[in-house]
Amino acid sequence: MKLAGLLTPQFWVFWIFSSAAVAGAAGVVGNVRNPINSALSLVVSMLALAGLYVLLEAQFVGLIQVMVYAGAIVVLFLFVIMLLNLRGSGASGAELQPLTKLVGTGLVVLGTLFLVRVLATGRAPWPDVDPSYGTTRAIGEALYSDYVLSVQVAGVLLLAGILAAVVLAKKKVD
Amino acid sequence: MATSTVFVALFIFALIMLVFAPVMTWVERKQSALMQDRIGANRAEIFGFKALGLIHPLADVIKMITKEDTMPAGAHRLVHLISPFIAVTPAMISFAVIPYGGTYEMWGAKFSLVVADLDYGVLYLFAIGSIATYGSMLAGWAGNNNWGMLGSIRVSAQMISYEVALGVTVIGLFMIFGTLRLTDMGVLQQDTFRVFGFMKYLGWVSPDARWVDWITLPMWGIVLQPLPFFMFLTALMAENKRAPFDTPEGESEIVAGYFIEYSGMKFGLYMMGEWVEVVVISGLLTAMFLGGWSLPWLAESDLIAFLSPKFGANIANLIAMILAVHVFIGKVVALIFFQMLIRWSMPRFRYDQVMNLGWKILLPLSLANIFLTAVGILVVQKVTGS
Repeated sequence: MKLAGLLTPQFWVFWIFSSAAVAGAAGVVGNVRNPINSALSLVVSMLALAGLYVLLEAQFVGLIQVMVYAGAIVVLFLFVIMLLNLRGSGASGAELQPLTKLVGTGLVVLGTLFLVRVLATGRAPWPDVDPSYGTTRAIGEALYSDYVLSVQVAGVLLLAGILAAVVLAKKKVD
Repeated sequence: MATSTVFVALFIFALIMLVFAPVMTWVERKQSALMQDRIGANRAEIFGFKALGLIHPLADVIKMITKEDTMPAGAHRLVHLISPFIAVTPAMISFAVIPYGGTYEMWGAKFSLVVADLDYGVLYLFAIGSIATYGSMLAGWAGNNNWGMLGSIRVSAQMISYEVALGVTVIGLFMIFGTLRLTDMGVLQQDTFRVFGFMKYLGWVSPDARWVDWITLPMWGIVLQPLPFFMFLTALMAENKRAPFDTPEGESEIVAGYFIEYSGMKFGLYMMGEWVEVVVISGLLTAMFLGGWSLPWLAESDLIAFLSPKFGANIANLIAMILAVHVFIGKVVALIFFQMLIRWSMPRFRYDQVMNLGWKILLPLSLANIFLTAVGILVVQKVTGS
């Protein structure tokens, strides 16, 4: 590793955010006893991922990551945890099966080997991208010209989901 | 930007905004007193100087800091500790993208009066705002208090509901300006348009009728999108959870709601977050709807071009910059007064009324506004042929 690579701000930002993302992800799995801690770790992981997206010049995706995942979806998780009042009871019954433990350990070992291999072979330089890359305008133009059909289909799908939720909830109320 | 010296008056602006919060406690007391025919804060004094009650904010701060900081039994200690900070940080860092002036070149240096001129400025604000939910929501849960819990549930439902309306309301404005960058919006709003200009295009008046060119309006957001201005203000005030939208803390029903278990400066941080957010709301509305840092019918470039031959380009830029900051702060102060006026005029809504307003009135209206704006843009393009 060359010294010049250490001195760029991108290097430090990358390592800070990626360690936070990994630590957050570990926190989600590790906090077996307290679901609120798990959810908060998930927020940390999501925010760190958003930082990584911004670092990759994908600002719009990063912002949407914060808004949708950290700002809405995990809030709903917390909402459910609060309503059920899962307050660190300790008796969560989350004892892992031997096979799960084995697979988990194997995955961790494989991941570490992969990481070592990536680190050993050096890294690609930060790509020079067009200033307009990843901006709101570029994404908007791509979505509403090249991928307009996909956007429409996704919209209809989401609408169907909303209607289904209303129908299901209404049946309970009536 | 990298080649020129960018001067960011972050420190000064942060100072002004931080001073705003305590002073606003005084403004709120005095304004409510005026509206309710009382005298208001006038007791705190230093050596007999009362300064119209301006000592009160100082006394409040000292009281808050020196108060006992309690930790309720059975609380989630870490979450209880960090929640006030999560609540106040988003309000503070929201200022980063709100421009309080344009870009001025003086004596070879470039002065840009916005801390972070982001391409996705408004989106940044919405993203930051969505994080603010955690501060209030976790507070009520962490204190192990049933009232707090009820406040938490109310606050998270209310903030998520109004986030939807908040984003959809201003899409019409984005369609007209074609940008999310707040500095670009500020520049675009310095333009004017002819109110009766369409008559020339349609041939209703002769092409050389002069009066048509004289009647102009500034291209301010509030002129182009009058209804969304008020809907956006409503949604922002609901996000801020102040009266009349303060059901999450409704004293008469759930005592103090989500921050019931906080004392001292931690409680103070929630109050401060609300007041700072009042300033942020005013700044955002000014930047998006009220022409930002410019006076109506007076484009900044015209002003600089007019002053430059008399005083030289440097002084002309300096005058424009000073004027811009004062105009911006003037508009912000006016909007703060307006928000306080609403706050002291209206009783608290019932919780179901708050929800109905968000989902059944604001959201459909803002969706209709998107459609109407699109039709309007198409008609204007058709008529002007551009």
